[in-house]
Amino acid sequence: MKKNYLEISQVGIEFATEGEPFRALQNVNLAIAKGEFISLIGHSGCGKSTVLNIVAGLYEATEGGVILEGREVDEPGPDRAVVFQNHALLPWLTVYQNVELAVKCVFKKSKSKTEIRDWVEHNLSLVHMDHALHKLPAELSGGMKQRVGIARCLAMQPKMLLMDEPFGALDALTRAHLQDSLMEIQQQLGNTVIMITHDVDEAVLLSDRIVMMTNGPAASIGEVLRIDLPRPRDRVILADDSAFNNYRQQVLRFLYEKQKNPATKKIQAA
Amino acid sequence: MKAISAISKATQGSELLTVSNLCLLINKTLKTLTLPAVGILVFLLLWQLMANNIITSLGQFPGPSQVWEQSKTLVVEHQRERKKEAAFYERQEKRNAKKLEKNPDATVKIRAYTGKATFVDQIATSLLTVAFGFMIATLVAVPLGIICGLSESAYRCVNPIIQTFKPVSPLAWLPLVTMVVSALYVTNDPIFEKAFLTSAFTVALCCLWPTVVNTIVGVASIDRDLINVSRVLQLGTATHIRKIVIPSAIPMIFTGLRLSLATGWMVLIAAEMLAQNPGLGKFIWDEFQNGSSNSLGRIMAAVLVIGVIGFILDSLMLTLQKRVSWDKQAILR
Repeated sequence: MKKNYLEISQVGIEFATEGEPFRALQNVNLAIAKGEFISLIGHSGCGKSTVLNIVAGLYEATEGGVILEGREVDEPGPDRAVVFQNHALLPWLTVYQNVELAVKCVFKKSKSKTEIRDWVEHNLSLVHMDHALHKLPAELSGGMKQRVGIARCLAMQPKMLLMDEPFGALDALTRAHLQDSLMEIQQQLGNTVIMITHDVDEAVLLSDRIVMMTNGPAASIGEVLRIDLPRPRDRVILADDSAFNNYRQQVLRFLYEKQKNPATKKIQAA
Repeated sequence: MKAISAISKATQGSELLTVSNLCLLINKTLKTLTLPAVGILVFLLLWQLMANNIITSLGQFPGPSQVWEQSKTLVVEHQRERKKEAAFYERQEKRNAKKLEKNPDATVKIRAYTGKATFVDQIATSLLTVAFGFMIATLVAVPLGIICGLSESAYRCVNPIIQTFKPVSPLAWLPLVTMVVSALYVTNDPIFEKAFLTSAFTVALCCLWPTVVNTIVGVASIDRDLINVSRVLQLGTATHIRKIVIPSAIPMIFTGLRLSLATGWMVLIAAEMLAQNPGLGKFIWDEFQNGSSNSLGRIMAAVLVIGVIGFILDSLMLTLQKRVSWDKQAILR
């Protein structure tokens, strides 16, 4: 496996504010192999989303840079598809049209009309949403909307799939369903994924590596934990697995002992 | 036995259903018809009572019954005028036919009827004028609003101008527009009358602003995520505007358009009154100058018609908005 499919090197970013510029990230270095599933975990406000947005090209790093397959990332593009936390479906388009819009942007020249239709339907069936092709997002539940959001990204056949807390707004059962779907799809397609999460179980269950971030300002990568659990993984079996629980504990220890939540720190100080 | 009981149950069920349906229906009619009717009745009563106590130099202030009488007269006058017009053309045709019988080479002419414009004619003129003015305003305001909503710099350039012209009364514009139209619109074969253009442009100048302002707000407040989707997909500017910006700003654009149309309708009546341009405003002014004992009743009839037309125009826009808007859950009123 080629190690440096995506390379984040020496990335730092400063945001302009009223007074002093705010330094959100500093010295972020990470190399990701093709087909790897990476989770970014850390407390709120530690700059996880900022890292993701820099990879997506939505933010521009103040220093350092991102290289994807030998090309520098300098603008957003369909080769780095983003799954947003709140699905970000266009509410005036149906499920089918939402995915079609993305497919047409990417494959306008290379696919015929029928191929485009088949490809849209194929991707919606991957996320088990082929029963609601002509519904509007407002008629769907939160979990279904997120499935469509994922289908839209998969349909673009991106080099990188960037997921910004994709299951954060969902209830626990729906989240578990979607995690299973995502693992199944990942098994099939072997996408390279960066996912932001707050959920330790989710991170351990889905990832090949978990990247743990220190608290901001000037946040950076604290530790990287490799998860050597065989796939396919089953949440019920893993619940009793000592290796799984060991990984879980390591992440928890990082989050709650080494990097105490900045909010609780403030409370103690007061 | 089982079957019988099932049937009786079913019939009972349906009876219950109809009874509860009836209750619902009564409730609904009470809300949608009866209550507004009560409101209108009380208003008419108060109006009549007040009218009885107001004596003007043109006689008693008209109550609902006098206004009703005058409204009927207005319609009768319109019909009489139409008959006269038809008769006028018939006479001409007969005369021409006779002329041609005598001499097949004779040149015949049809002269246009030049009778007085009736109340109904004036309504038609006003509607046409407001439609034209509103259309011009929309064609300018929506694109301008989209540009200013998308570009902060464009907004900063245009904003002082919008804020300065927004509060200007139509009456201030009117002399300028009149002179400019007279100066610039010189053709031997005019498609539009000058008075029509003057009124329409005055309407356009005044009903531009609500649409511009609301479109800017609508476009500037598009969900960040949707903009990011567009950036990730690398949509071109035209596609971005067509697929993301316009659908997302449609509710605000329509809010603006409805305000604009209401403003335009109000402005038009004032402009017609002041400039003596044909339309309902001129009708009111003429009646006022006429000063007969019926004038106030006729003016009141015009006032009511203006109100009802304004109401209908807004309802039309609302229907259109409901049809165009993607958000079927939104409560529009």
